[in-house]
Amino acid sequence: MGRSGTLILNVAARLLLPLQLLFSMFLLLRGHDEPGGGFIAGLVASGAFALYLFAQGPRALSEMLKVSPRDLIGMGLLLGVLSTLPAWWAGDPFFTAQWWTIPIIDFKASTPLIFDIGVYLVVVGSVLTAITALVETDQDEYDPTDYDQADHDQTH
Amino acid sequence: MQTAVLGGFVAAAMAPLLHRWFGSRAPLVMSLLPASLAVWLIGQWPVIASGDVLLLEQAWVPGLDITLTFMIDGLAWLFAMLITVIGALVLVYTGEYLRGHRDLPRFLVVITAFMMSMLGLVLADNLVTLFVFWELTSITSYLLIGFNHTDLAARKAALQGLLVTVGGGLALLAGFVLLALAGDSWSLHELVQRGDLLRGHDLYTPLLICVLLGAFTKSAQFPFHFWLPNAMAAPTPVSAYLHSATMVKAGVYLLARLHPALGGTESWVITLSLVGAVTMATGAFLAMQHTNVKKLLAYSTVMGLGTLTMLLGIGTEKALVAFAVFLLAHSLYKGALFMVAGILDHETGTKDVTAMGGLRHLMPATAIVAGVAGLSLAGLPPLLGFVGKELMLTSVLESSSWRLLILLLAFTAAFLTLAVAAIIVLRPFFGKRQDTPRPPHDPSRVMLAGPGLLAALSLLFGLVPGLLDPVVGAVVAGIGAPEAKVHLALWHGLNLPLALSLASLALGLTTYRFWDRLRAGLTRLAPLTRRGPEAGYDALMAGLVILADGQTRFLQNGYIRNYLVMTLLVLLGLVGHAFFFRHGLAPDVTLSIYFHEAVTAGLMIAGAVAACVMRSRLAAVAALGVMGFSIALTFVLFSAPDLAITQLLVETLTVILLVLVLFRLPHFATLSTPTERLRDLLVASLTGGLITLLMLAVLSGERLPRISDYMVANSQPLGHGHNIVNVILVDFRALDTLGEMFVLALAAIGVFAMLRFHAAPGEGVDRDGRRNLASTEDDHG
Amino acid sequence: MEPLMAITIGILFAAAIYMMLRRSIVKLVIGLILLSNAANLLIFATAGMVRGAPPLVPKGMTAPEAAVADPLPQALVLTAIVIAFGVLSFAVVLVRRAWEIVGADDLDQMKDTDT
Repeated sequence: MGRSGTLILNVAARLLLPLQLLFSMFLLLRGHDEPGGGFIAGLVASGAFALYLFAQGPRALSEMLKVSPRDLIGMGLLLGVLSTLPAWWAGDPFFTAQWWTIPIIDFKASTPLIFDIGVYLVVVGSVLTAITALVETDQDEYDPTDYDQADHDQTH
Repeated sequence: MQTAVLGGFVAAAMAPLLHRWFGSRAPLVMSLLPASLAVWLIGQWPVIASGDVLLLEQAWVPGLDITLTFMIDGLAWLFAMLITVIGALVLVYTGEYLRGHRDLPRFLVVITAFMMSMLGLVLADNLVTLFVFWELTSITSYLLIGFNHTDLAARKAALQGLLVTVGGGLALLAGFVLLALAGDSWSLHELVQRGDLLRGHDLYTPLLICVLLGAFTKSAQFPFHFWLPNAMAAPTPVSAYLHSATMVKAGVYLLARLHPALGGTESWVITLSLVGAVTMATGAFLAMQHTNVKKLLAYSTVMGLGTLTMLLGIGTEKALVAFAVFLLAHSLYKGALFMVAGILDHETGTKDVTAMGGLRHLMPATAIVAGVAGLSLAGLPPLLGFVGKELMLTSVLESSSWRLLILLLAFTAAFLTLAVAAIIVLRPFFGKRQDTPRPPHDPSRVMLAGPGLLAALSLLFGLVPGLLDPVVGAVVAGIGAPEAKVHLALWHGLNLPLALSLASLALGLTTYRFWDRLRAGLTRLAPLTRRGPEAGYDALMAGLVILADGQTRFLQNGYIRNYLVMTLLVLLGLVGHAFFFRHGLAPDVTLSIYFHEAVTAGLMIAGAVAACVMRSRLAAVAALGVMGFSIALTFVLFSAPDLAITQLLVETLTVILLVLVLFRLPHFATLSTPTERLRDLLVASLTGGLITLLMLAVLSGERLPRISDYMVANSQPLGHGHNIVNVILVDFRALDTLGEMFVLALAAIGVFAMLRFHAAPGEGVDRDGRRNLASTEDDHG
Repeated sequence: MEPLMAITIGILFAAAIYMMLRRSIVKLVIGLILLSNAANLLIFATAGMVRGAPPLVPKGMTAPEAAVADPLPQALVLTAIVIAFGVLSFAVVLVRRAWEIVGADDLDQMKDTDT
């Protein structure tokens, strides 16, 4: 697919994406103390990727992402479940939060943070899975000139 | 033992694997399971014989007071022995009977599961556990009766058996709950010690009715007797097992088990002895009109079960002894006779006794086995059946109420049973040789082993009944006669029961002589018997189908708005009624409001209403956006920064989604009439109004302590977080959030699957995707 | 504010139900969006609406000084908003697929498509 958007959209999307992703990271990490957190950060990141998707097309997005959004969902769920296990290790009931301080940078690492990252990944993965599937289907159906044989075989 | 029973279910699941490894020898291998359990039970005999009760405790659901405790006393021991020994023999027999049958693995799975359920039933100490096993026997026996699932009659009989027994099971569950309430315990061994408390309790009558309904349906007592003969559609090994030692005896077991707890009252004595006696006579009488050997045996089983119930009803020490002996005798001869019936069917190709004759020359070994078991059924010396029958007649003569009627019914049943025994033994094996569909000969020794052993035991215990003294003593000790001194004997001298036996012998043989003529007469009465309880069952089922059909057509008519309107009207009716009549209209709220807040609310309303009335999709989406952003503003104004951000972001994504999807959909269409719109508007406004009133009521009501106070206080100390909302999401209520993550993931995967996997292989999303897809769908439709 | 919110929410619910009772599948989707928003607001507002006291613990303290807005309904609604979006995307795609296959935008005509 060619550049579907206007020049301004294309440039804006490319410039905004890193900023928006950085912002989403910021929201994610500060979420435990101030407004933010996995859901919000995930939505910000999804919005950023969606903008990129509309500007550059789904293939550009998947090339940039390297992983399938569905794998992001899987990773997020895995992180969410894994974050329950350290409590078991420490002999606490299931899901009890565990906190470790990383000495040099004075950063609080914890299972809730791991869990929140899991939430983040699930939100990003889910939104992107739905939106890319919609955009790709539209292309398959309404944009026959841009038909990709390899992609077609995959869907079977 | 719990492990063994539960492991038995696992073994049942492994039966197909065994079948793959051992082929047709799989049933033999499988029979090792009940056989080893029987050996274990024999090993426990010294404990039981000394009068102790073996309690194997095991918690299951401690919070609900449900245990998997097993209790083994004399009664449970005898039943468990019958289940395991006859079970092992039936499995051995099955190996021959169903040799090479396509569905042998399935049969092994179900019959082993059934065996274990039955074992659990007789060993369970907890009422709930007992009930679970009780229902398991119903389900597994359904699968066994309907084993030949291609046969309509078998399916119908299986369903009938299931509905009758499970319907009774429902009553039984209610009875058990009442029993536990009245006796303040779920444990059988505690309940049987609280007999006086239970009998004097207000709930005694309802709980007795419920428990008896459960037991009577399971044990095919009049008027629920009809399912049992129909269940003969099952393969013969199943009939041999279900009707000799297990399934139908579960009800009798339960009655015996509860005899010390509930028995002895006037209602118990009269109900049980009359129902039992009527069942006896009905079973024996209905047997007369059948020529199918399995049906004959089935009706004689009904008669046997009636006898057992009646004896429990009489409930004297003699009657209980008679109960134990008759139970054992019946299991032995009935198991043997069913297996013989299977052999006859297998070897001659017919089940009709009138089509057989003179087989004793061709099948001498089978004839001997059938003869011995038949003599026991007839109640003739020197077999165990005779001992049982003498004891039965003695106890009937001792019964307190309705003695003459019960005696008459019991005597009728006795001579008719004798005739049935004569029909089953004399017809096929004696008389004139008749040609049968297959040339008959004795079956293999493996097949004869089961019935042979059972018949031999009948003979052995008949000749030396003293062998059974300790067993019978242990059984009656458990069911209400702990002091009984048991001395069984074949010969009691010349007395009234013996005279009655002789009279029944004479009458029975006469009946047999004129059986053909009698049968012809009975056929003329058929229209009368057809109006029996079974007709009631059929009418009930037909009515149920009509009712279900009607209400499905009425309620589930496929119009989504009808479902919605129906649900909303019910909601309005119930909640509205409760609200107005219990709570009343008392909105007591002070209004403190700023201008900008009112504007926000107004924008929300305007957006929502506009989304409904706009004629263009774009305008509707824009109106929704206005509403969404006003909601976000509300979250900002009322201290919810996280919500505001989330709402804003989701609003944006929703617009993207709607742009991607909604504009691929058709334009708005006006499809309803003004009347319909008015009706919908009315329902919608009523529901909205109710929600407003409810919310006002909640707001003006008393505030209970908030759960979130804990979270506010502990967010920082315990959760190390300053944003309480986030701490709740990822720490306090993280399990909920995990569940929500899965919901989100599932929704996304669902979207992906619908969009990308919509075509089956070969149909494909091609260049002109949609049209192609639609046409293939049409082909399929 | 709460009484006004109660009326607003009532109107939102009424609008949502009215749209869900329509036969056009597109209107059903609009009704669904209205319904999820109305439900979120209901949960949020029923807990009591507090001005200018977000549920945050000030830096260096272990608990908020004064009473703050109830954080629990906020947490519930936060996930509900995101999930409503997930469910909405599922629903619209379902509607779209149904329309593509059946070719009818009238729910009444979809009644017998499975036969």
